[in-house]
Amino acid sequence: MKVLMFGWEFPPFNSGGLGTACFGLTRGLHNQGADVTFVLPVANPSMKADFVRLVSAEVSKGMKKIGVNSIIQGYMTSEEYNSEYSQSVLKYGKSKNKSIYGKNLFEEVRRYALKAGLIAEHEDFDVIHAHDWMTYEAGINAKKASGKPLVIHVHATEFDRTGDNPNQYVYSIEKQGMREADEIIAVSNLTKNKIVEHYGVPPEKINVVHNAVDFNDNKFEEETFKIKETDKIVLFLGRITIQKGPDYFLYAAKKALEIDPNIKFIVAGSGDMERFMIEKAAEFGIADKVLFTGFLRGKDIDKAYQMADLYVMPSVSEPFGITPLEAMRNNTPVLISKQSGVSEVINHCLKVDFWDIDQIVNKMIGVLKYRELSDTLKHHGSLEVKKFDWNDPAKKCMDVYKKMMNKNIGDRIG
Amino acid sequence: MIGLVNVCFYFQVHQPSRLRNYSVFEIGKDHDYFDNKKNREILEKVAKKCYLPANNLMLYLIKKYPEFKISYSFSGILLEQLEEYSPETLHSFQRLVDTGNVELLDETYHHSLAFLYSKPEFKEQVKLHKKKINKLFNYKPKVFRNTELIYNNELAQYVENMGYKGILSEGADHILGWRSPNFIYRPAGTTKIKLLLKNYRLSDDIAFRFSNQGWPEWPLTTGKFTNWVNAVNGNGNTINLFMDYETFGEHQWSSTGIFNFLRNLPKEILKHPDNKFSTPSEIIKEFEPVEELDIPHIISWADVERDLSAWLGNKMQQSAIQKTYMIEKNVKKLKSPNLLNDWRKLQTSDHFYYMCTKWFNDGDVHKYFNPYDSPYDAFITYMNILADFNKRIEKEVKINVRK
Repeated sequence: MKVLMFGWEFPPFNSGGLGTACFGLTRGLHNQGADVTFVLPVANPSMKADFVRLVSAEVSKGMKKIGVNSIIQGYMTSEEYNSEYSQSVLKYGKSKNKSIYGKNLFEEVRRYALKAGLIAEHEDFDVIHAHDWMTYEAGINAKKASGKPLVIHVHATEFDRTGDNPNQYVYSIEKQGMREADEIIAVSNLTKNKIVEHYGVPPEKINVVHNAVDFNDNKFEEETFKIKETDKIVLFLGRITIQKGPDYFLYAAKKALEIDPNIKFIVAGSGDMERFMIEKAAEFGIADKVLFTGFLRGKDIDKAYQMADLYVMPSVSEPFGITPLEAMRNNTPVLISKQSGVSEVINHCLKVDFWDIDQIVNKMIGVLKYRELSDTLKHHGSLEVKKFDWNDPAKKCMDVYKKMMNKNIGDRIG
Repeated sequence: MIGLVNVCFYFQVHQPSRLRNYSVFEIGKDHDYFDNKKNREILEKVAKKCYLPANNLMLYLIKKYPEFKISYSFSGILLEQLEEYSPETLHSFQRLVDTGNVELLDETYHHSLAFLYSKPEFKEQVKLHKKKINKLFNYKPKVFRNTELIYNNELAQYVENMGYKGILSEGADHILGWRSPNFIYRPAGTTKIKLLLKNYRLSDDIAFRFSNQGWPEWPLTTGKFTNWVNAVNGNGNTINLFMDYETFGEHQWSSTGIFNFLRNLPKEILKHPDNKFSTPSEIIKEFEPVEELDIPHIISWADVERDLSAWLGNKMQQSAIQKTYMIEKNVKKLKSPNLLNDWRKLQTSDHFYYMCTKWFNDGDVHKYFNPYDSPYDAFITYMNILADFNKRIEKEVKINVRK
């Protein structure tokens, strides 16, 4: 099985779960015997993976090589991108190595899509697999150029990212992708239902493939965490955007501190609500209790999980949510919102409605106060998370590929 | 050995007093722990689906077949709820007892695990139960059954000293070995009390497998069941069919045909001239123990393990129950009926059962009977309530010291 895959990011250059998922999935597909060519807007030498062939849309034949460092992140809204762009210009100016390309996210998406058609003409593959809206047009163009079937993989919809206030342009791209695709993969039933409800797609066209998590062994000694001598630690880790509910985390922090002042709240990540969060913490008078780390990568992520007594994911709308699995893998108890895809598949965690601040605090205090609760969650959680191996979703993707190929052959004969 | 086969029915009738969704913010402020609205709703539902129709059927069967006999064990917590939410159901149970064909057993009033943590508390709860049964039914039980058929030698010895003639437990394979549950045994270290063991295969055929279409014996007919009963003839004295009363209409819905099965069973059983129905006390009077049975380790009727793991299998459960019994001395010193009553209602085994993580992956029968979304929620709620209760105790102790 040869797969031409379009993705917007790949570790270590990822802004969140999309890159992590693409990494895990391509490795799982490799184990299943698939041969994956992964097309990125920009490939970087530091992206190393022996299980997938990474191709940059930048250097494809007939195209002019433009730049090397992209500031484009998969989850950015267009407005965000513009502000990052101007910051980048200020920071890097017109230095040779760090030149910026593209003024606008949509322009980049379109350029990427154009190149995708050219790449498809030169590559040999059986199916096309495109991840999230930035690559849907690329997938469609590749399908047009090759006649091969297309599956689009919905890791998030515009409704998740924007809190039910979608950008119409993105929405129309998503809708077109869903229409042109032969099959759709959704990362949860929650997302499948959203696609049916907001995009009018027949449910039979949508395959639910839950994400998984990678297992690596970054162990840190307890004593490296000096802060833990006096304080319990509650962690938020994710993009600081409306979708992830960081504001609910902060409201919960304020209430929890009224019950137990010896808690430190760590906010790891970056995003457009960062300033709001810092200002709000100050307004609440808890600026000394809420610590911001900025965006973390690699080992630092595992370190943050292991340091925490509780990981909280209060997402307002979370199509899947790999981070709770990462926390469980690091033997950390988790509290997640019921408005997440991952809550469909894990039991050994605490679940709340994201808006129910009192319940968030109630359960948070329970974990911090009762060792026996924390121990039981850790014990069962670390066993449960072992079920989430990327081979399983990879197998399900292979089934979708086979289904499309059979249909494609059938169509041609018929 | 040729002889009669006695069919001995015992039904457990219990509903816990479920806890309210009590949050950390209420500690020290609100001392109302029980979800009376939910408790009423559930009791009314179970009364309608199970207790009332099953009682009517039992009354009919006793009238039609004067040889038909059954026994019940009610938890005190259930009886309180019947008095408050469904007097009609209580009356129908009273009418059944008045027929003289119904035996009542004693148990701990609060359906607790007290025997494992405090013998004095256990004894007091059994006394409370005895008093309640006497008051509501004008009846003095002679046979004891412990919560969830939890049992060992020590319990039998203790209960013998309290004057009981018989005790029930589970005919678990790992304690019986080659022996049969269809005989009477003498508990090790006792001289008078007799032990009746549940025939779990035949009991569970009705209680658990009746509506299971994947079971090769489905559908279970009275004819088929009676053949299994008759097969014991000559190789046992009694077939002890012990089960939750909620089997009829609640665990096995009416649509499965469970009531029809029960309606036709006595006629079918009594077709064979060697068969009859007996209550535990009658069995004890009629038969002597075939041998002594040594059960040093605790057994129960729960799950495949037949042990305590459903209530005490994880750290949360162990800690919650230890912390509950740890305060016994202080609670009792204060002599406050309110505090004592709340403390005892917190001992009901169901609260700890809800914290069980054993089957949480499979989502089977246990989820159906669990008012919480997860065992973790059950633990947090319980511990919040216990924290408030402890504050009340501390406050009262301080006042008493000043006095």
